[in-house]
Amino acid sequence: MSDTASGRTGNPGERLRRALLIAVPYLWLGLFFLAPFVIVLKISLSDSVLAIPPYTPTLDLSRGWEGVVAMFRAFDLENYVWLTEDDLYWRAYLSSLQIAALSTLLTLLAGYPIAYAMSRAPERWRPILLMLVILPFWTSFLIRVYAWMGILGQNGFLNQLLMGLGLIDSPLVILGTPVAVYIGIVYAYLPFMVLPIFSSLDRLDRSLIEAALDLGCSRLQAFWLVTWPLSRPGIIAGCLLVFIPAVGEFVIPSLLGGSRTLMIGKVLWDEFFANRDWPLASAVAVVLLLILVLPILLFQRHAERQQRRADE
Amino acid sequence: MDTAKAQASASGETAALPPWQDPAAEPLIRLENVTKRFGDFTAIADLSLDIHEGEFFALLGPSGCGKTTLMRMIAGFETPSAGRILLGGEDLVPIPPNRRPVNMMFQSYALFPHLTVADNIAFGLRRAGLPKAEIADRVAEMLRLVQLEKFAHRRPHEISGGQRQRVALARALARRPRILLLDEPLAALDRKLRAATQFELVDIQERLGTTFIIVTHDQEEAMTMATRIAVMDHGRLVQVGTPEEIYEQPNSRYVADFIGEVNLIEGVVTSAERGRLTIEWAEGAAPILTRSDVDAPVGTRVTFAIRPEKIAVSAERPEGLVNAWQGRIEDIGYLGNLSTYHITGPAGMRFKVQSPNRRRIARREFSWEDRVWFAFDETAGLVLTR
Repeated sequence: MSDTASGRTGNPGERLRRALLIAVPYLWLGLFFLAPFVIVLKISLSDSVLAIPPYTPTLDLSRGWEGVVAMFRAFDLENYVWLTEDDLYWRAYLSSLQIAALSTLLTLLAGYPIAYAMSRAPERWRPILLMLVILPFWTSFLIRVYAWMGILGQNGFLNQLLMGLGLIDSPLVILGTPVAVYIGIVYAYLPFMVLPIFSSLDRLDRSLIEAALDLGCSRLQAFWLVTWPLSRPGIIAGCLLVFIPAVGEFVIPSLLGGSRTLMIGKVLWDEFFANRDWPLASAVAVVLLLILVLPILLFQRHAERQQRRADE
Repeated sequence: MDTAKAQASASGETAALPPWQDPAAEPLIRLENVTKRFGDFTAIADLSLDIHEGEFFALLGPSGCGKTTLMRMIAGFETPSAGRILLGGEDLVPIPPNRRPVNMMFQSYALFPHLTVADNIAFGLRRAGLPKAEIADRVAEMLRLVQLEKFAHRRPHEISGGQRQRVALARALARRPRILLLDEPLAALDRKLRAATQFELVDIQERLGTTFIIVTHDQEEAMTMATRIAVMDHGRLVQVGTPEEIYEQPNSRYVADFIGEVNLIEGVVTSAERGRLTIEWAEGAAPILTRSDVDAPVGTRVTFAIRPEKIAVSAERPEGLVNAWQGRIEDIGYLGNLSTYHITGPAGMRFKVQSPNRRRIARREFSWEDRVWFAFDETAGLVLTR
C-alpha cells in the first residue's frame, strides 16, 4: 500500500521509472505466455486441413480489416464439441489427474523424510546434501528417463538384481505399466518436493520442538503437532510444484508407460504429430490449461500469503 | 536463662533460618557431582548444588560458563556424563523431558507460531489430558496472571515482544511445574521493560511459590530477583550465596570482578595481628590498613578489593578514615544519579570512585585534573587470596 501511495506522490521521472520497471515482467509474460496462448487459442478455433500450416483460416493481412473479419467468421467451437463426444479425451484428462495426484502423494511420502533428514543433518553436511538433490538436473531429463527404461525393463538392472538375490524367479513386468510411470514421476519430480519442504523445515526453530517436549509431548506428538503444521507451507508448495507439471507430463508416460497408460500429454502429442490435427490438439491444450489454472491460482495465492507472512 | 535460650532455638531462630542454612531441610533439587562433556570439552565439571523449595535461584556467569547446559540437564534436553540430579529424592536423569515436573521458559520464547496465545498456553494442559473445562479455567487463570486476557485469540506474531515474553511465562507455568526454568527470560526486552518485568517475575514467583531457576549473564538481574545466586565459571561453581553475600563477601577475584564494579589492588601483607592486616601495595604510598578474618600471614600476596561506592572523595584530607591518598581526577563518568571518578593515585594506580550527585551538574564539586583525596575506612574493603 505504501508503494502505491509513494507512486502517486512521486515526481513524473520516478513514475516513469516505476512504470518501466513494472513493464518488464508484463512484457515478458505478454511475449512468452500470452502471445503463444493466443496463437494456440486461435488454432483451437480453426479447422484442420491438409496444408501448410495444417489449419484454416489463416490471417490474411493483405486483405486488411476484411481479412481479420473473415478469419473471425470462420472460427467455431467444433473441436471443443468433439472433445466431449469422444470419451478418449475426458478419460485421458481424468487419468492424468489421477496419476498426477497419486504420484504427488508418493513423491510427498518419499520427499518428506528426505527433507526432514536433510534439515536434521549437521550444518556442514547440508550444502552437500542439497547439492546431491540438485545434481540430477545436471543431466538431461530425457536421458535420465531413458536410463529408467534400462533399469525397469524385462532384462533391466532391477530384475537382474532381484533374480540374482533370489527374490523372484521370473522377471517382473514393470516397464510399460502405470507402475513405471509412477516411479518415473516420483523420481523426476522429487527435488521439487524436497527443496520447498527442506526450506520450511530448515527455518524451523529447534527450540519449538524442545518446547513441545517440555510441555509433555512425546517425540511423535511433537512432530505431529509442531513440525508437520509448521512445514505445511513447504508441503503445499512442493505438492503443487509436482502436481501441475505431472498432469501434462508427456515424456515419462510415453517412454515408460507404454500403450496402457492414458495421459493427456500423450494424447496431445499424438494429435499434433501422428494425426497432424493441430486445431484439435490446441483445443486439448486449452482445456488442459483451464484444468490447471485452478491449482496454479491456488499456488499463487498460497505463495502470496507466504510472502506477506514473511514480510511481517 | 536456659529456658529462654531453648525457646529461642525452638521457635524463633530455627524457623527464621533460610532453608539453605538449615541442615535438616531437604532440598527440592540436588545435583550430585554432575559432569557434562561434549567430546573433549567439559561444560560442567563435577558440580554439586542444592536448591530448595520456593527459591528464586539464579545461575550467573558469562556466556560459555555452562549455566545453560546445567539448566538443560535439569529440563532433560541434555544427559549428564556423570553424576545424579535428584528431584525430591528421585533421580531425574532417566526420565525424558516430557515426563519431568519441570517446565522451561525458552530464551527465544519458542511460542508456537501456528497457535493462538490461548492455544499456546493450553498446549501443555492438553498433553496432560486434563478435562476440557479445567483446561479452559487454567488458561483463563494464566491469562489473568500475566494480564493478557484481551490477547487470547491473537497469534504470537500479532503481539509485542513484552507480551510474547508473558505468554511464554504463562505457558510454562500452566502445568504447575515444581520447578520453572527460565533461560535468559529478559534478554530480548528493552531496558525499561526489563526492569518492570523483573519485579513482575518476583511478584508472580512469590504468589505461586513455585521454585524458579533462572539463567542469566546479567548480574543486576540476578541481584534484583534472586534469593540466592550461583556464580559460575568454566563449568564450576565459584560461589553460591545470597545477593548480599555475593556482593559484600565475594570469595574470589573472579566473583568480585564479575558482580558490580570493583577496584582490585595487588599487595603483600606486611603485618598481620588479630584480624588487622597491613598491605603494602605501592612503593612510597601509605599501606592499606584493613580488618580481615582471612588467614594471610606476613608475606602473603593478596588482592584487596574495594567497591567504588565505598570510597569517599574530598578536597581536604578526611578525618577519621585510616586509608587516604591523594590523586588526580582523570575522567568523570556522569550517570545521572551517580558520577564515577577515575582517579590516578600513588604509583599511577587507577581507582574508580563512585559518589551520588547531590548537586546539579553545573555546581559539581570536582572537575577534571583536580587533585583530590580519596579515602575509606578499615572495614570497607575485602582481602582475597584467590
